[in-house]
Amino acid sequence: MTGGAWLPVSVVLSSFLTGIFIFFLREDQLVLRSFLNLSGTVLKLGLCILLLWGVAQGFVFTFRLPLGAGLDLVLFADPLALQFVLLSAGLWLVTTVYAIAYMEGSPERSRFFGYFSLCVTATTGIALAGNLLTFVIFYEFLTLATYPLVVHTGTKEALRAGRTYLIYTIGGGMLLFIGAVWLHGLIGTVSFGPVPALAGTDLPRGVLIAIFWLMAGGLAVKAAMVPVHGWLPTAMVAPAPVSALLHAVAVVKAGVFGLFRLVYDVYGIDLARAPEMTGVLAVVAAVTIVYGSLRALRESDIKKRLAYSTVSQLSYIALGIAVGGPLATVGALAHLVHQGLMKITLFFCAGRLAETHGIHKVHELAGIGRRMPVTMTAFTIAALGMMGLPPVAGFISKWYLAMGGLQTGDDWVLLVLIASSVLNAAYFLPPLYVAWFSRPAAGAEPQARPMPGWVDWGLLVPPVITASLALAAGAVAALPISPLAWAEVIVALRYFPVTEPAP
Amino acid sequence: MDQADVFILAGMALFAVSMYSLAVQRHLVRKVLAINIMGGGCFLVLIAVARRAPGDVADPVPHAMVLTGIVVAVSVTAFALILARRIRAGTGRTELPEDASEQT
Amino acid sequence: MVASTAWVAIAVAVPLLAALASLWQGRWTALIVAVLAIPGSLLANVGVVWTVFELGVHRHPVGGWGAPLGIDLHVDGLAAAFLALLALIAAVITVHMLVDPDMRALSPRRRSLFWSLWYLVWGALAAMFVSGDAFNIYVTLELATLAGVILVSFGHGTTALFASMRYLLLGTFGALSYVLGVALLYGDTGTLDLALMAERIGSGAAPVVAAGLVTVGLAVKAALVPLHVWLPPAHASAPAGVSAILSALVVKAGFYLMVRFWFGPFVQLDGATWTVLGILGAVGVVWGSLCAIRQERLKLLIAYSTVAQVGYLFLLFPLVAGGAHAAAWSGAHYLALSHAAAKAAAFLAAGNILTSQGDDRLSMIARAARHHHLSLLAFGLAGATLMGLPPSGGFLAKWLLVTAAVDTGQWWWAAVLIAGGILAAIYVYRVVRLAYVTSPAEPPGSTGPPRPPGLLPVPMVAILAALALALLSVVLGFASAMPLRLLEIGMPAVVPPEPEPGR
Repeated sequence: MTGGAWLPVSVVLSSFLTGIFIFFLREDQLVLRSFLNLSGTVLKLGLCILLLWGVAQGFVFTFRLPLGAGLDLVLFADPLALQFVLLSAGLWLVTTVYAIAYMEGSPERSRFFGYFSLCVTATTGIALAGNLLTFVIFYEFLTLATYPLVVHTGTKEALRAGRTYLIYTIGGGMLLFIGAVWLHGLIGTVSFGPVPALAGTDLPRGVLIAIFWLMAGGLAVKAAMVPVHGWLPTAMVAPAPVSALLHAVAVVKAGVFGLFRLVYDVYGIDLARAPEMTGVLAVVAAVTIVYGSLRALRESDIKKRLAYSTVSQLSYIALGIAVGGPLATVGALAHLVHQGLMKITLFFCAGRLAETHGIHKVHELAGIGRRMPVTMTAFTIAALGMMGLPPVAGFISKWYLAMGGLQTGDDWVLLVLIASSVLNAAYFLPPLYVAWFSRPAAGAEPQARPMPGWVDWGLLVPPVITASLALAAGAVAALPISPLAWAEVIVALRYFPVTEPAP
Repeated sequence: MDQADVFILAGMALFAVSMYSLAVQRHLVRKVLAINIMGGGCFLVLIAVARRAPGDVADPVPHAMVLTGIVVAVSVTAFALILARRIRAGTGRTELPEDASEQT
Repeated sequence: MVASTAWVAIAVAVPLLAALASLWQGRWTALIVAVLAIPGSLLANVGVVWTVFELGVHRHPVGGWGAPLGIDLHVDGLAAAFLALLALIAAVITVHMLVDPDMRALSPRRRSLFWSLWYLVWGALAAMFVSGDAFNIYVTLELATLAGVILVSFGHGTTALFASMRYLLLGTFGALSYVLGVALLYGDTGTLDLALMAERIGSGAAPVVAAGLVTVGLAVKAALVPLHVWLPPAHASAPAGVSAILSALVVKAGFYLMVRFWFGPFVQLDGATWTVLGILGAVGVVWGSLCAIRQERLKLLIAYSTVAQVGYLFLLFPLVAGGAHAAAWSGAHYLALSHAAAKAAAFLAAGNILTSQGDDRLSMIARAARHHHLSLLAFGLAGATLMGLPPSGGFLAKWLLVTAAVDTGQWWWAAVLIAGGILAAIYVYRVVRLAYVTSPAEPPGSTGPPRPPGLLPVPMVAILAALALALLSVVLGFASAMPLRLLEIGMPAVVPPEPEPGR
């Protein structure tokens, strides 16, 4: 059945038009801006849910805009696209509430929210891209739209971070571009879909490997894999909502999502599963997991520690993709959502601590658990989830990744996961301990800053929601509405049709 | 090699010589002169190629082109001289600065 | 809309009539002429494009005389595309100049002269694009150059006079070199009509010498390295609107004619020249970009960027010679069109900043950048095309060009395209970052820096004109199906002799 082509386009446009309108608002039009912004997010989420419903009913939504010269811009909704688009649309809504409170009183808010909407537009476009050209267009667009947010504060440090960000991402974009054009020239339009574009190809193996690494190299930049992860920790100079949504979810997931499309939709797992391709990718991912954790351990700045934790956690997904069995794939897809929920909670909490009490370092957390019990509970749930403690969502993903490793005979994955979990505990337990159990030195108690009540609530409710979702995603993972169940559906439908039943 | 060929070669030679002048002469009026001689070379070649018409009559098309070319050359020369005067009035210089993007 | 060959005559006549009418020194002359000329020209161009789609390649005998006695206007897809874009860009620039404070400062006599010359450039370019006759091309080219030279001298100070003089001397040299070549061609073929010339051209020494002379002459006009030295000072010191049209279209005219000759009469002559043109273009890309990166003045930076961007266009020749025909043809011409819109936008934006603060050094712009944020936004959007990143027509063009290079195994040209994009990113970044610099004097939490003294207001219409052209370059990235189809109408089917003689 064919659904309306308008639906995927409206999902993309809903945030695009919101952004364009917001650009032209005056600084002091707070109410109108917030109204527009929230309507845009609610509309987008509504459209995404409609899309989900339609796809579940068996409709196929495809929008095609011919660009001439045999090129097409294609937006379509497959189960994988929906997973990512729902995640970003849902978290955009939550983040917008948070950001309206967070940015209260700071300059250039119209610019900030305008570009924020454009970033979400680009992410949505990446999720719904139906062929490689469309993916590249939105991938590069995301690079450009994020830059103004990284340098938003305009300080020297922010501008330096912005430059680093551009050097990495434009460089990565060029690699992806070359790879994509090369492949496009060889086999014509590279459509995403159930049949991998390169299935049954007779291209020379060397060419296949070269193209794989050009594209994977470009995608690895946004996915912050070692050795091209350097931009992510420096980009933490951006305002907290940017770190939360873009640098924990949207931008970095765009890279991982691209890897997913590359391995499964372009090459097909049968072709890609070779020592020179996913084999090396798995090793890089494993190195990144351990390296990111080790670096996180050494950072005393909370946001920096979270950033290195992101570097590490993202590669769980990459590892799942690279290992490539059905269970590992389920684990990777579930972690795409789980990690997003948990990490955004952590960044929300960190931002709230910085805003209300000026806390930036781990040791400054002393005694904060008593003063801000709700915030710290949310933080704790998410941190425990990152370590992989049941019943929080992180446990589920790690379990599936480990089983996936065993299933394909890559037993070493288990070791990486255990090592990483130990390290996770090592860098997450101290802040939790300090926050809940130690007392601040006399006279050094962090002072709460006065702020309007609605701002306080605006900073509190979003982390509580996302923490609850992270908890729920783990606790009710067996229910058909959980991210895990959806991941299983995707894998069963698309990549490993029933021949290998999931346990 | 007939007369027309001589004209063509002479026109080409004039063109080459004045191209050299345009490059090495510094004074603006000399440069404008070089441009004019270069135009003269072109016109000579054009007149010479008019021999290609059959019979004793000359091909009128190149002659029309020469007329048009002279009009253009006169306009260019006039404007170039005005520009040179204004440059001298403004800066007292009669040459272009070495560096193309020089500020004055 | 009626398909008629007469539309092209109207499209050429409207700006020429406007040039005449502008000589009347009335208070409202400029406005009235613009109000009549802009819609008239746009309508006529819609008619031309329509006619090309309906009738294909066609000729219009002016006054019914017909070739060889009368003047034939020759319209194919390429000509129609350039003609239509010229009308669109020139219309927006006209609006910009109507409100430009610098223009209002001119005396009535000089102002009417200025407008007359402006429409003369427009009309001469329009006539040139549809001219199929080598001598008419000379006349129109010289008309456009001469009018352009005088317009440059309207710029500020003696710098503009020097620039104008340099432009005049080199431009005239180019024109004379061209006309000498045409004289030899006439001697060889007995015709000035390009199509007839292509049929009759011989194989002796004369056509080769003629081809060399014509190519050198046109290379001056196109500012192909090393004949580019006149361009940066002229484009940097002219009034904003004049810089815009010179960089957007007058320079392209040289390239356009080069294509007319090398894909017409010279196609069988000498295969090596195709490669030489490509190498010079590549040198232009690198050299122009490096110079642009080093510039301290914004308008000079944009001018050197033009040298670089024109270099890309010349990659058409080696790419076609190497066997990539359609993709290279569409890509190069689409880049020319997108770059025209983007570069006009960049110059108008720079003009707005210059008008406002009387100085376009980057260090000075940084002090008041936040008051120019819309102009810098226009520059940034235009920058996307210069870098070849989406969303922009430049991205699509570059995709096609790199496809052409990779498909035929000409990797080095792909490398030039990629390297040029990275260099462009550097010089665009140097400007765009200024929009985010927070001045140190600014207290945190304020809604903006105090207005620096001496900053003049810029009319909103002028800012919107720059933005409109920038948006045009972005829209060309999506609404590309129609223009690309247009460019393919009448695309020369001939393949040059190298590297496979006899094809």
